Amino acid sequence: MPKKYHIHVQPTQNRYPVIGRSGIVDWGEGCLKCATCVKQRCVYGVYKSRSFSADILSDTIDELCKSCFRCVQDCPKRLIHKTINPEWEALGDDVYTPQIITATWEQAHTGKIPVSGAGYGGSFSGPGFDSMWTDMSEIVRPTRDGIHGREYISTVIDIGQRSGFLKFGPDGNLLKESLPFIRIPIPIVFDILPFGDLSSDVWKAVVGAAATLQTLIIVPQAEATALNDFRENLVPLLAEDVIDPTWIKGFRMVEIRDGHDAVERKTALKAIDPGLLVSIRIPAIASEENVNRAVEHARAGFDLIHFVANERGYEPGQQDGLHLKDVTKSLHTALLREGIRDEVTLMASGGIAMAEHVIKAMLCGANLVGVDVPLLIALECRVCRNCREGGECPVSISRINPNWGKQRMINLIGAWHNQLLEMMGAMGIREARRLRGEQGRVMFMENLEKETFGRLFAGNSK
Amino acid sequence: MHYRNVWSEVPPAVPIPTPSRFGRAIGKYTVMITEACNDCLKCVAVCPEKVFDVQGGKLLPPNDHLCLGIECSNKSSRCVRNCPVSAIRVGLNPSARALGDLRWTPDLLMSTWYMAETGRLPKNDIEYRVGDSGGGFDKLRLVFPKRLPKPDLDKSNIDTSIDLNRREDGRLKITIPIPVYGGGMSFGSISQITMLSRIRGFAAWGSYTCTGEGGYPEALYPFDDHIITQVATGLFGVREETIQRVKIVEFKYAQGAKPGLGGHLLGDKVTEAVARIRETVPGSSLFSPFPFHSVYSVEDHKKHLDWIKAINSRGLVSVKVSTPSDVDMVAVGSYYAGAHIVHLDGSYGGTGAAPDVAKKNIAMPIEYAIPKVHGFLKDEGVRDHITLIVSGGLRTAFDIAKAIALGADGVVTGTSDLVALECIRCHNCESGRGCARGIATTDLELVGLMELAWGTQRIINMLHCWREQLQEILYRFGMSSIRELVGRTDLLTHLDYNADAPDDDIRNPVR
Repeated sequence: MPKKYHIHVQPTQNRYPVIGRSGIVDWGEGCLKCATCVKQRCVYGVYKSRSFSADILSDTIDELCKSCFRCVQDCPKRLIHKTINPEWEALGDDVYTPQIITATWEQAHTGKIPVSGAGYGGSFSGPGFDSMWTDMSEIVRPTRDGIHGREYISTVIDIGQRSGFLKFGPDGNLLKESLPFIRIPIPIVFDILPFGDLSSDVWKAVVGAAATLQTLIIVPQAEATALNDFRENLVPLLAEDVIDPTWIKGFRMVEIRDGHDAVERKTALKAIDPGLLVSIRIPAIASEENVNRAVEHARAGFDLIHFVANERGYEPGQQDGLHLKDVTKSLHTALLREGIRDEVTLMASGGIAMAEHVIKAMLCGANLVGVDVPLLIALECRVCRNCREGGECPVSISRINPNWGKQRMINLIGAWHNQLLEMMGAMGIREARRLRGEQGRVMFMENLEKETFGRLFAGNSK
Repeated sequence: MHYRNVWSEVPPAVPIPTPSRFGRAIGKYTVMITEACNDCLKCVAVCPEKVFDVQGGKLLPPNDHLCLGIECSNKSSRCVRNCPVSAIRVGLNPSARALGDLRWTPDLLMSTWYMAETGRLPKNDIEYRVGDSGGGFDKLRLVFPKRLPKPDLDKSNIDTSIDLNRREDGRLKITIPIPVYGGGMSFGSISQITMLSRIRGFAAWGSYTCTGEGGYPEALYPFDDHIITQVATGLFGVREETIQRVKIVEFKYAQGAKPGLGGHLLGDKVTEAVARIRETVPGSSLFSPFPFHSVYSVEDHKKHLDWIKAINSRGLVSVKVSTPSDVDMVAVGSYYAGAHIVHLDGSYGGTGAAPDVAKKNIAMPIEYAIPKVHGFLKDEGVRDHITLIVSGGLRTAFDIAKAIALGADGVVTGTSDLVALECIRCHNCESGRGCARGIATTDLELVGLMELAWGTQRIINMLHCWREQLQEILYRFGMSSIRELVGRTDLLTHLDYNADAPDDDIRNPVR
């Protein structure tokens, strides 16, 4: 059994008060000054432990309140109300929703899986990953209790090419040694951060986290030079110009953007170091042309086909583009059809916002995923994207302490890793490698809807 | 009549007004009285909804959750217009929006509280049938015939009972008068008072409540004939004696709160009393394994059922499973293994502590599983020999009717019962001292927030209102028994396929 992969999480406080879903509106006027005020009786001691932060001119009460409504209901003069916090509602966008952002902050703070009672309160289904459910094992083929340690669930995956078959010479000798590959303990690679006021301290934090987690991080070539200590974990995204061969040595993988001379560039890079893996970064578009291009690249011997959706998880540059899950399915299916799926590694990135998206993207056919924005959210990013227009970051990301930032990201991925284990345990799958394209363990909403309500109600509207 | 009664007796199934435990019930509207009020008490006389109340000649803070709304209050005969000093303000409750979520909207919470308080449907414009989740039950509608098929049906005698043993195997014949029983919630996850409130409330209606996986506290003994004891993967609190006490034993393979995962009870809630019943150590978190380590095949499963049947020679066996893609095979397998009840728990329900990642992503919603299993059991020719019970996100009487029309015989509820006890769905039940509202807690002080008689009556009231709604629905379909509704998908429609489905509000008069 391989050494068990463990992520050391430790509580790491947020620097700014968390923006909560609802706020207390407390009208002082008309207060009876009751001897036993409802505020004193708060189960969570919210009113007693509130404080005022002079830095940001904000009360901490809404961060502490757990919305039990006892004070709202029990104040004899009915002076206390709760309302939805408009600042919370304005967080993020339709993919990085306020719920996801606050849940990510919490995970980066505690390193723990979000657990709650009282069932599910969200929508029935939704766009993108919200329209799929993973299957579970019932009675037959369960894992033997992988989550609580009596059985090992592995999240290890390999990046690289694999021969479809072994080749032997005339006297029975093995012709080719196995191809180089990189083994990482989680199916998650850090992708280029799409925005953010990225100071050298932010880079130190994110690269440090990747190194501790024993995974890879894709960085612009310019940044890679400054972060030389982490060459093992860095995957420089090479600029278009000529590359210094001595600089390339020491990296395990590099990434290049697609272009007319991509294959030649790859050959040149492999010539510098045959052990170097080369990843090709292509847009996540499901058009026939793009899919064929990906197949060609697979045949041409790229070690990793990295297809990138926009940061919301949809086809880049397209109106009403398809979601990453559908693009992944197209690419995976095309490679299967060509009979070369097992020979190449696929990585999906863009719009991977939660732990469940990792599993779902893999079930659609990716071997692993790249994450980006959640890493920024771990640093308290509010996904306001002010920085894009040169505006000020409301949480001054550029001024973080690198060690703080590193631990926040380790905590987030630690919580994600545990969620992967929970989901894999529930599915009866003990090997992350087996998730790839495992469509027998996934249910798509459109299929279920068609088989159920479509069968019952289509064509006989009353 | 008052709802106080002897704790060890099953109270009568009669609705009795049972107002909020807290200073003010939460409603859709707020009624404010300004300083100008001179206690002329005219408002008390003009409001038929008892929003205004008097004590010692003084107007009390209004019962604004009973208010019918802004439109009513502005009628010439009603409060606002009749206040000589213009001291009454009626508006939307500003706190209402901060309540609930898409499945349990503020309206559904408030309407359920109203039913639990009064035993009646709310009279104002609160939505009491569906939530806002955008799919499943929330998009299904009942399609009532334009004219009453059988206007001379006696509504109050319409049969809502279902049989729990449909096998001819010589075991107990159990019929419950309402098509619903209480789902498993363990002692430890909820307080003993909550547990007993549910048990007594369902017992009043002649139905059952499941213990969940947490043992069988002695206080439950008077209600042995109304209890389903659960055997779950951790086997906490399971003894030969507990299996013999009851008429129905439930095997929990999986639960909708976290399909594919075992039960969780976090350490803070494992008090001395909880630990004693479960035979564990106080303060230490209890995680049940996911699978039964004794069951890895359908053959093992039959062995399990045979084991229970050997220990309890008269009782029925229920098999509780969740909703994987092969749920139909699991159901048929359960039938052949000898189960009387197959209980499907869909992925959107549950009350227990669960990783959020497991709540929405694993296993299919119950709305898809019901027709699938119903059809498969029919094709197999065994549908009439097993009772199909479903749960997992059913909130209202309309959800119950829709589940039955999709193919279930009856349902199990959990969250609705807690909402009847004034759960506000803040989702903080799992840790620390537990529920701030004294429901899902074992903290001695918080447990004291609720009285048993009050809790029992709230459940009785809600079930009363549900039963009346079901009878009204059946009346409009011209059915004299709820058994006629099973599998009648022709009486349903779905908004995605029929956007202009007629309103199925049963408060509207019928011809």
